[in-house]
Amino acid sequence: MTSPSAPQPSPGPARPAPAISVTGLRKTYGSHAAVDGLDLHVETGEIFALLGPNGAGKTTTVEILEGFRVPDSGTVRVLGEDPASADRAWRSRIGVVMQDSRDTPELSVAELVHHVATYYPSPRDPDEVIDVVGLRAKAGTRARQLSGGQRRRLDVALGIVGNPELLFLDEPTTGFDPQARRSFWELVLSLREGGTTILLTTHYLDEAAHLADRAAVVQDGRVVALGAPDELGGVQARLPVVHWESGGQAHAERTSHPTALVARLAAEVPLVDGEVPGLRVERPSLEDVYLSLIGDTAARAAHAGDPGDHAVTTTSNTSTAAGTAASAPIARLETKP
Amino acid sequence: MSTQPVPHPAAVPARPRSTDGTGGTGGAAKLPSMARLGIERTRVELKVFFRERDAVIFIFAYPIIMLAIFATVFGQNGATVGGDASGAGGIPFSQYFLPGMVATGIMLTTFQSLAVSISVERDEGALKRLRATPLPAVSYFAGKIMQTLIVSITQIALLLVVGALVFDIDLPTSSSAWLTFAWVFLLGTATGTVCGIGFSALPRTGKSASAVVTPVVLVLQFISGVFFVFTDLPTWMQRIAEVFPLKWMAQGMRSVFLPPEAAAWEASGSWQHPATAAVLCAWLILGLVVGVRTFRWRRRDDG
Repeated sequence: MTSPSAPQPSPGPARPAPAISVTGLRKTYGSHAAVDGLDLHVETGEIFALLGPNGAGKTTTVEILEGFRVPDSGTVRVLGEDPASADRAWRSRIGVVMQDSRDTPELSVAELVHHVATYYPSPRDPDEVIDVVGLRAKAGTRARQLSGGQRRRLDVALGIVGNPELLFLDEPTTGFDPQARRSFWELVLSLREGGTTILLTTHYLDEAAHLADRAAVVQDGRVVALGAPDELGGVQARLPVVHWESGGQAHAERTSHPTALVARLAAEVPLVDGEVPGLRVERPSLEDVYLSLIGDTAARAAHAGDPGDHAVTTTSNTSTAAGTAASAPIARLETKP
Repeated sequence: MSTQPVPHPAAVPARPRSTDGTGGTGGAAKLPSMARLGIERTRVELKVFFRERDAVIFIFAYPIIMLAIFATVFGQNGATVGGDASGAGGIPFSQYFLPGMVATGIMLTTFQSLAVSISVERDEGALKRLRATPLPAVSYFAGKIMQTLIVSITQIALLLVVGALVFDIDLPTSSSAWLTFAWVFLLGTATGTVCGIGFSALPRTGKSASAVVTPVVLVLQFISGVFFVFTDLPTWMQRIAEVFPLKWMAQGMRSVFLPPEAAAWEASGSWQHPATAAVLCAWLILGLVVGVRTFRWRRRDDG
């Protein structure tokens, strides 16, 4: 699912210093630990996705990395510096695209991009940036008259016009139509081509699957899973699941040998018209893995049992259709009965 | 897959960075100077200000309309301030109210419009966005100060021209009067600006900003001798007004636009320039201290 040009984090002496390095991060509000011992390392040049439910501590973490909040404890290095005490030179090396921006409604796209460019020591050409985000036709339009998607593109333009080494994208495509999201993704991928490191926060798992080289799932202020989107959760979580029906009941079984299981079912289950009823072999999508990870940490105590190769679970299957690497992520919104 | 123009993967041109990828902050490309960014901010602030038409009309027309109304109402049948029953020997009400309108105009442009606009900027996330850029705070505030200064100069100039041409008010000719005007204007503008920035921390949302700021301004206008002859107010009201800067700005401006003998009508019988300077300076310092301690780049509910 990662694009072929994705930088492969490979160990070796030539590897540059990580863009973001966080150890033992902690931030408490009252008695509530919003971030509770979080570790995070983002390599230079990669797109890294931060996933997790609302209230998991994503925003707090990102705002600490951006220098908006000061952690209670832990080590934070962003582009080699502590954001809490970073100076203008450091700020000129990062770009921030925040959620929910509706400011400066009376300036036009071109005016805003050109103005913000003056803050930076070596900005991109503002007009090229306007072209890149696809707002050329709207260059003279005031910000208040832009649609939600156009406003988001303007935010991205303002985030990248300073030519940042590291870009923070906080839920960038919320409220986009599918087509706008697709072309936004192309834009984000092209930024990585240009060498920009990107920390992406998103609720859309397909977005993370499409864009991210690596992703971390955050829950209760900690990283509970880390890896490439197609490896997240480990081998166990990604075992194919075979679904079938027998005696009017839905069955599902997780197995590393789906072919053998299907052959066994063909021999053992009463066939209908020569077919195993309701037979499906699914590879868990990132969303399935994510949901099981999120559910896991909450219900780990209750489900201490080891989901072995042939641990059969009978479910009233609500999981979505097979999200294989090849299928379009958006198509996965369909839910099979 | 998409009919929209999709940027080509190589379409984001990145200029060579000063840091050449070594991770250091480097110094090949220098950060723009604070002064230059202050000028950039001033340009943007003025642009934004003049595009909000209703605010522009309000700021420029309010003092003139108020002057017209109060001068007309009080000046019916040829009545004057300090004259006899027929109005002889007094000052026309339009002339008496002009200094108050100058003072209130300065307060509108500085205190009221800044307290509201900064609250709105904070609420809309503009301040947070700026905080994430290398724009220095000094340049941001310089832009605000320059904008209020330019707008209030324009506003007062307009008021004086209309006052002289339409209401036949005699403007002072002595350089000492204009010198007084200059320092009361500058000190009043500075105090109003600083207090406006400080007060902007109070409204909880951008929407409530006007509702929180306007009553303060209105009450001060009524008790500070802007709309009435100050000595006609009850003494306790005068005492309250004396705590706040608007009374002193209005009094300072009266010393500019009224004849010297009018000083006898003041509560103290004199123009009290040293006291005016002292109260305005006190508020300037108070506003600075409060502003520095309470200024927030983020919304209150944003941690």
